[in-house]
Amino acid sequence: MRRAVTLLSTLVVATTLLAAPAAFEPAQAQNPITQDGQNPMGAKPTADSVNEEFLFKNADKITGRISIPDRKAANLIQPQGREYQSFREHYLPWIGAAFILGMIGALGAFFLWRGRILTEHSQESGRKILRFNTFERFTHWMTAVCFIILSLSGLNYIFGKRLLMPLIGPEAFGALAQWAKYSHVYLAWPFMFGVVMMFVVWIKDNIPNRLDWAWIKAGGGFIGNKHPHAARFNAGQKGVFWMVAGFGVAMSLTGLMMLFPFALLDINGMQVMQVIHSLIGITFIAGILAHIYIGTLGMKGAYDAMGSGKVDLAWARAHHDLWVEQEQAKTASGPQLTGRHPAAAE
Amino acid sequence: MARMKFLCDADRCIECNACVTACKNEHEVPWGINRRRVVTLNDGKPGERSVSMACMHCTDAPCAAVCPVNCFYTTADAVVLHSKDICIGCGYCFYACPFGAPQYPRVGNFGSRGKMDKCTYCSGGPEPDLSVAEYEKYGSNRLAEGKLPLCAEMCSTKALLAGDGEMIAEIYKQRVIKRGYGSGAWGWKTAYRETVAI
Repeated sequence: MRRAVTLLSTLVVATTLLAAPAAFEPAQAQNPITQDGQNPMGAKPTADSVNEEFLFKNADKITGRISIPDRKAANLIQPQGREYQSFREHYLPWIGAAFILGMIGALGAFFLWRGRILTEHSQESGRKILRFNTFERFTHWMTAVCFIILSLSGLNYIFGKRLLMPLIGPEAFGALAQWAKYSHVYLAWPFMFGVVMMFVVWIKDNIPNRLDWAWIKAGGGFIGNKHPHAARFNAGQKGVFWMVAGFGVAMSLTGLMMLFPFALLDINGMQVMQVIHSLIGITFIAGILAHIYIGTLGMKGAYDAMGSGKVDLAWARAHHDLWVEQEQAKTASGPQLTGRHPAAAE
Repeated sequence: MARMKFLCDADRCIECNACVTACKNEHEVPWGINRRRVVTLNDGKPGERSVSMACMHCTDAPCAAVCPVNCFYTTADAVVLHSKDICIGCGYCFYACPFGAPQYPRVGNFGSRGKMDKCTYCSGGPEPDLSVAEYEKYGSNRLAEGKLPLCAEMCSTKALLAGDGEMIAEIYKQRVIKRGYGSGAWGWKTAYRETVAI
């Protein structure tokens, strides 16, 4: 019985297979290739074929399947590259020049108008008070040195070929740009570390409070000679702190995306990171230029805070009266107060 | 002088990847780098097409514009080439390229890519034509020998066309008229800001 069923089913299958081509033959004969491009199946291949216009209607780039492991190679066409080109070549150099030259111009004008901000002589002049300890100064200068090199090597990506290349020639510039790129990539790490350290060390003195509002309303002592009350950091310094923290994090995050290209982002993500990194970078440089100005040329006595770490007590009293009181309350004759004649003492 | 272009007739491409293999072999392209690749669109669905893509040698090439060290140059045949001696491997050209053409050997940590490598339209680099230095950096220079790019020359279905833009556009136009359909000159609008009018 079982054998009979097997035999029967084999016969049915064989008959179907033999009959199949015969069944299709007449249909094929009725559909020869016609003059208007119809194919034997009766459908125009173009009717259901993908085309660029259609794909661009549904997506901003054309992506398919690829047989190599490189995922980003699956993008066939991404016209956003042209937009990135337009930003980088037509807008970025002008934005960069406007921000940085604008800041230098503004600082120059301020210097001509206000001159160097001096401290009035008082009884306390000549006595020193410790403002930043060795660790704070180390952290500051590590970050600062990295920042300056990162700025210059970063600006080289935008302005190098326009300003430096015509002067020193393509070969020398190529070699220089290569080293600039290495320094940009490797010094990013101590810079990021420095930003984190500065944040941790100084956050407690940088929480905005009511004093800052009064400081801002009083013009911060820039206008006129009156010094508003301030604790360890005034509103302007707090502004620098939060700028470095905010921009530092933004630069770090966008920078990390570029240090590990395509790790998390696709091509458009990379382009956006580039745009953000360059725009914030330029603003950051302009902001730090103001910080450098007021810390060196703009104000007498300010540099000592980060130089030797010890500032003149008269200067400290004028700029950070509440902080001086705090420090002196801690220990009136403590280690942060040195003798009246520091030169003789050291 | 001719204005060299590529045109991939997607209605003929059978995704055999012979162009990719020929390119790798001809120029001894290092492992991990693909100057040419085949992308399949609508894979497994009706209307599936494959397109062989490499550097399109764009008009007003975005890679050349964004390069921070100006290492690109355009030849008299409108082929976009670059100097590996000047390239710093920053990767900007990849962000700007609409076709994903620039490739980088991985040489170190933190995205420090090596010198960029891309399709040269089989015409070498800035070194003297057919020199050893040119071959080592950029591969063979078939154009200097009077030949067209190998990928297109050995394409079994003649889907990939290389040569003067007007001539290959004319060949494609004739095909489309004869067979009655064509999915278009892929990438031409983005690369050359014009397409093949039929």
